[in-house]
Amino acid sequence: MIEAVGLTKRYGAKTAVHNLTFQVRPGAVTGFLGPNGSGKSTTMRMILGLDVPSAGRVTIGGQPFHKLPNAPRQVGALLDAKAVHGGRSARMHLLSLAQLSGIPARRVDEVLGVVGLQDVARKRSKGFSLGMGQRLGIAAALLGDPQVLLFDEPVNGLDPEGILWVRNLMKGLAAEGRTVFVSSHLMSEMALTADHLIVIGRGQLMADMSVKDFISANSAGFARVRTPDGEVAAREKLTTALVEAGAQVLSEQDGALRVTGLALPRISDIAHDVDTRLWELSPHQASLEEAYMRMTQGAVDYRSTQDQRAGLQAPPAQHGWQQPAAAPQGWAEQAYPVLPGEQPNPYAQPVAAPQAPAPAAPAAPTTPRPPGPLRRARPPT
Amino acid sequence: MIELEGLTKHYGDVRAVDHLTFTVRPGVITGFLGPNGAGKSTTMRMMLDLDRPTSGTVRIDGRHYRELHDPLKTVGALLDAKAMHGGRSAYHHLLCLAQSNGIPAGRVREALDTVGLTSVARKRTKGFSLGMGQRLGIAGALLGDPRILMFDEPVNGLDPEGIHWIRNLMKGLAAQGRTVFVSSHLMSEMALTADHLVVIGQGKLLADTSMADFIAENSRAFVTMRSPDQERLREVLRGAGIDFVPGAEGALEVEGEDAAHLGELAARHQLVLHELSPRSASLEEAFMRLTAGSVEYHAHENHRPAAAAAPTAEAGGQWGAGWRKKGS
Amino acid sequence: MGSRLAEEGILTMAVAAQVLRSEWTKIKSVRSTVWTLGLALVVTVALGALISALAKKDFDRLDPQGKIEFDPTFVSFAGMGLGQLALIVFGVLVVSNEYSTGMIRTSLAAVPQRATFLFSKITIATLLAFTVGMITSFAAFFTGQAMLGIHRASLGDPGVLRAVIGGGLYMTLITVFSMGVATMLRSPMLALGILMPFFFLISAILGNVSATKKVGRYLPDQAGQKVMQVVTVGDDAPYGPWGGFAIMTLWVVAALIGGYAVLARRDA
Repeated sequence: MIEAVGLTKRYGAKTAVHNLTFQVRPGAVTGFLGPNGSGKSTTMRMILGLDVPSAGRVTIGGQPFHKLPNAPRQVGALLDAKAVHGGRSARMHLLSLAQLSGIPARRVDEVLGVVGLQDVARKRSKGFSLGMGQRLGIAAALLGDPQVLLFDEPVNGLDPEGILWVRNLMKGLAAEGRTVFVSSHLMSEMALTADHLIVIGRGQLMADMSVKDFISANSAGFARVRTPDGEVAAREKLTTALVEAGAQVLSEQDGALRVTGLALPRISDIAHDVDTRLWELSPHQASLEEAYMRMTQGAVDYRSTQDQRAGLQAPPAQHGWQQPAAAPQGWAEQAYPVLPGEQPNPYAQPVAAPQAPAPAAPAAPTTPRPPGPLRRARPPT
Repeated sequence: MIELEGLTKHYGDVRAVDHLTFTVRPGVITGFLGPNGAGKSTTMRMMLDLDRPTSGTVRIDGRHYRELHDPLKTVGALLDAKAMHGGRSAYHHLLCLAQSNGIPAGRVREALDTVGLTSVARKRTKGFSLGMGQRLGIAGALLGDPRILMFDEPVNGLDPEGIHWIRNLMKGLAAQGRTVFVSSHLMSEMALTADHLVVIGQGKLLADTSMADFIAENSRAFVTMRSPDQERLREVLRGAGIDFVPGAEGALEVEGEDAAHLGELAARHQLVLHELSPRSASLEEAFMRLTAGSVEYHAHENHRPAAAAAPTAEAGGQWGAGWRKKGS
Repeated sequence: MGSRLAEEGILTMAVAAQVLRSEWTKIKSVRSTVWTLGLALVVTVALGALISALAKKDFDRLDPQGKIEFDPTFVSFAGMGLGQLALIVFGVLVVSNEYSTGMIRTSLAAVPQRATFLFSKITIATLLAFTVGMITSFAAFFTGQAMLGIHRASLGDPGVLRAVIGGGLYMTLITVFSMGVATMLRSPMLALGILMPFFFLISAILGNVSATKKVGRYLPDQAGQKVMQVVTVGDDAPYGPWGGFAIMTLWVVAALIGGYAVLARRDA
């Protein structure tokens, strides 16, 4: 069990983590979500005693990390896959860790087998791919057979087989009654792995609830309903009845109905009342990603914008970039950019409206050079 | 459009890529899948003429990459987030790329803006996080507004907002009629993004089909049924000679039957259904089935106690149990 | 046919102009350019000045033969042996940083014509090294001569101008040679690990041991330095100043051919 109470971390004037209070319970996989820069890594580092909180405290099994007797046997962590001495072999790396905390060498070979690195155990980890480094990091976390496990982005660099394996590993560890705390940016992956979620944004707690509750609290699920093909009247009748019962009904492309606001049994009853047979009645949960996006709006750094492609929209000739052959004497001119706001970018002016799609080129095989505004004119020869 | 014909690459005796022939078409997102070591990266590098094929060819809109004038205006590629000089600022990194292909400098600022890096444009990329490096790499790919885009693991290091953004960006690019070729290990992400799939294993082509066909061909499809009168549902199914297995939360799962047919069956028997959902397995499951046998670094399952059977009485389960007694 | 060739030619020129511009941006947007070139200038001039000052003090103690062989121009270039190491670092980093950072893949995807890519990069770096080399050579000459006082040479003396210009050319060629070697070896550590001891130790040792002297004088630096000497009494080299320079040029051309061959053949 990990317990944070009023956990706060300030770097100078900046508050990275503000008054976080949460518990990570054993027996479940707890996902730790938040945009970049929201304080996830700082929180994890404080849990592991790598950073000292400015205020508040965080304990593992009731004790702060640095007071844990033989911490590696109680807490295993994967923080950064590349935090390994590249010149050492995987086995030596684990062996040195094992010796530090009195874990027998036999256990090293055991965990190497668990993560599937037994064949490269004696190779220097410098040549490891990101995925292999990740497996080695997981091996190190498992080494002391700890009750509490922390994983930061564990599937980074793994291939599909590895991702599936990590997911099952974490679920298995939780099923054994261990505490598993995982941070990840991959919502679709988290939805498959985590039972419980802790979401932070700008250093503050935004949610602490089960995945199911989180999704239903932050977005609407819907039901897909299909009436027999070709029976348009039945479909119309059902739609009317559903709307009267207070549902929102939208048509999907394949003719099915997307019904929001009514439970499945209720839809079934209504269909029965209006004497309509159903070919499909399926519940659809909104995605975790959708729910997450809705919740964290406004807590994001580096927000992307629409690509204006202004400079490439049939550039007007007077801008002179059509004759690159005349280049060298102009080297210095473009070397230092105008700072934002200093001077308007001539290319940004003409097309302020969102860009019209480039003409699709469905008949591409016959057109070696699809039209499209992308090509610059060839210098006349 | 990218056409590969008999593309082959040997490293000594190892056939990294073995007679690959496929076409990446415009207007859709083509996912490029394969286990680690399947030859995905090598293939992408050969597409860009970074690696020489041992035999076979790659044609970009009918031409060799090397014959393209100002290639960045035809093909934009994100190969590896850190393929840049750490001592150079984001702005200068893009500027030198733009200049080498006669792209106006104003476009650099636009590309930085598109990926959301304007505020750090003058910072040296050495201090960038993986996600920021990835965004800069994407800016580089978009720089020449190319008709063909290639992304190798584009969501690596991005946060959820970034992942959502790149997915929509790719969909938008494909909708504009561009060719989008993207490799990824994240099946759940690919399932949301790609329309078409090219799957390779040990350098050989395993599949080149639409997403829907791929899942249909490589995994089981079933229908989940739920009724307030579950007992009668069973009887009706048995009566019709339809096999079923118990599913999650008391539901029944029926394989090999059409949902519409089952709906009609229930209607005939005046049976109320609270759920009738056609389900197909995930892309991940389909992929696992197809590529089983061409995977490196299999994790061992045999040391793991079966999750359900794990007794939690002695904390820690089986592994390490022996030494634990000695140790503590 | 002719017009197609002409079109190709114009396009190639256009591409080369773009790539030159791009390489200029690359080279000036990294800090190592400033500090390596700056170091080359400062070290060469300062060390040359110091040794010139010492030479002036010791001149009276030289034997008559030594006085005849005394070459004030060459003495003022004494810092070049050390200063050239900074230029070697510059040349190596310009090329091999592309490989060590992974930038090479981005660069070659943008400019798949590998010859255009390589020679544009080398042209820009060479122009820069030429400028810095000339400034360094003249600065080292003038400060050195100022230190030598009455023993000084002047630019108008026979052969002196040639030697000073030769000094600038020598520094340029050393840089180009390093770039060629770095293109062949790719790794900055490997390239520096071979070039630095070679020019700082091995060449000097080969040149000073009588048994190997005949071979040593055909090494690029020893042959090239010939152009910087004015007084050649007591020097039995079988080539003149420009002959030596030509030998060095051959080395440089060989390194460039080797570098290009590696770049053209191998996977990036």
